[in-house]
Amino acid sequence: MLVSNIKSRPVYGGLKVDVAARRHLVAAEGEGALAVIDAFGAHPEALARTTLLYAAGGSAGEDHAARLAAFRPDDLFVMPSQPTLITRLNVILNTATMGTRLYAAGVEGFIGSVVAAGMAHGVDQASIRTEHRGSLARRVQCVHCKGMTENVTVSPVTCSHCGIPLLVRDHYSRRLGAFQGVSIDAETPGDVPPAEELYA
Amino acid sequence: MSGGVEIGVRVVSIEQATPTVKRFSLAARDRSPLPVFSAGSHVVVAMDADDRRIKNPYSLIDRSADGSTYRIGVLRTPQSRGGSVFMHDRVEVGSELTITMPVNLFPLNRTGRKHLLIAGGIGVTPIYAMAEELARQSFAYEIHYAMRDAAHGAFADELVARHGDKVRLYRDDCQEVIAVDRILPHQPLGTHLYVCGPEGMIDAILKGGRAAGWPEENLHAERFLAPPGGSPFALTLAKAGITTEVRSDQSLLEAIEAAGVDAPFLCRGGACGQCETTVVSCDGELVHNDHFLSDEEKASGTKIMTCVSRLKGRELVLDL
Repeated sequence: MLVSNIKSRPVYGGLKVDVAARRHLVAAEGEGALAVIDAFGAHPEALARTTLLYAAGGSAGEDHAARLAAFRPDDLFVMPSQPTLITRLNVILNTATMGTRLYAAGVEGFIGSVVAAGMAHGVDQASIRTEHRGSLARRVQCVHCKGMTENVTVSPVTCSHCGIPLLVRDHYSRRLGAFQGVSIDAETPGDVPPAEELYA
Repeated sequence: MSGGVEIGVRVVSIEQATPTVKRFSLAARDRSPLPVFSAGSHVVVAMDADDRRIKNPYSLIDRSADGSTYRIGVLRTPQSRGGSVFMHDRVEVGSELTITMPVNLFPLNRTGRKHLLIAGGIGVTPIYAMAEELARQSFAYEIHYAMRDAAHGAFADELVARHGDKVRLYRDDCQEVIAVDRILPHQPLGTHLYVCGPEGMIDAILKGGRAAGWPEENLHAERFLAPPGGSPFALTLAKAGITTEVRSDQSLLEAIEAAGVDAPFLCRGGACGQCETTVVSCDGELVHNDHFLSDEEKASGTKIMTCVSRLKGRELVLDL
């Protein structure tokens, strides 16, 4: 069911600390905290110039906030949810200066939201460092009704807004931070193959 | 296809901007409007000298409101291979030249939130066009323009008149230097930097950008190299079955063209990569002068950029 070889499928290069940066602005979600601990554990000198935002939700797993606090970054914001984290991130991006490097770690939907926030503030997508951790669950946009369905692990999936059964494609929108879902039974209504667990 | 569509032009006016810079207004010989271009574009001007055809890239300053003329600025550099001297000494109002379609290797990044334009000397020509476009579209920008002295600031008065306090001028004779370490650290996130000028200045500005923690994606430079001369050598074009000589004042590309072979090119300044050519064999050492090939590719000895690079040795065989 996976439709591959699609160029827009994001590639995550890993959370490497850019030692040339003057400021590190790190957004992590769920298991993404472990990527932060791995990357910045190797560069403790960078922590004094690091602002860390963390939300435990999203991917299943434990809350890593205490471990991140023990890292003693310059600033740590533990946020109750991904949307509140993105709101806080936008406030920081608004007054950030050049020399600030943006990092994102966690599930794909979260990385997509952070990258979209960075791009909206003029940050080139290529200079945002990303690492995928945790569930493979996707944010899927129904191309028919434009509704978003979060945490999709199967394909086909039923659109949570209009109810059309959707084939989840690798076709990805950076602006929306979402994969595209297209009607799977448009030609033969009702002919819907069984859902496969592809993005657990 | 080499260089693309050409446009026959006539020089309609010449202005001596400084003791060493002339500005030329060019109109299409058939009086048709010239193509719209994006800021940062250049054209390659072909000049018919007595013994050869010289082709040099020049950045476009602007296009007149009615589209009838382009302006280019040319610095007289006597130690080069003759293009700028030809433009200064031989080209008059009414002279006919040929230009290529505009090509942009130095575009503005329109996703940026602010733009820093930095120019040194004649490097101001693309910067001038970029500032016009940024002003027209109400983007945030600053201009930093370094010149030898007041008499050599070919565009200082015009820039100040058009952009007011967004322009900062620096004069070498007053020991004024562009303090990158003060300008760069406090720019808002999403700022892009564009620098054009002498080689040493470009390197210093880019180094300052990296030191301030700017990512490569936000640092832009344009450096056109005049192809340096060198010792003459024998050239064989394997596919065409032609053997000729590259004279000391000729570039490899000019020698290929003089031999009647239509080789690929675009910028003729070592920047764009269009003229990359496979080396079949060489008796001697390749002298790579371009900014395109990676160090590994240069070391491999299998590729050469014909516009600015040459051979120090006896014979070069190319896959052309």
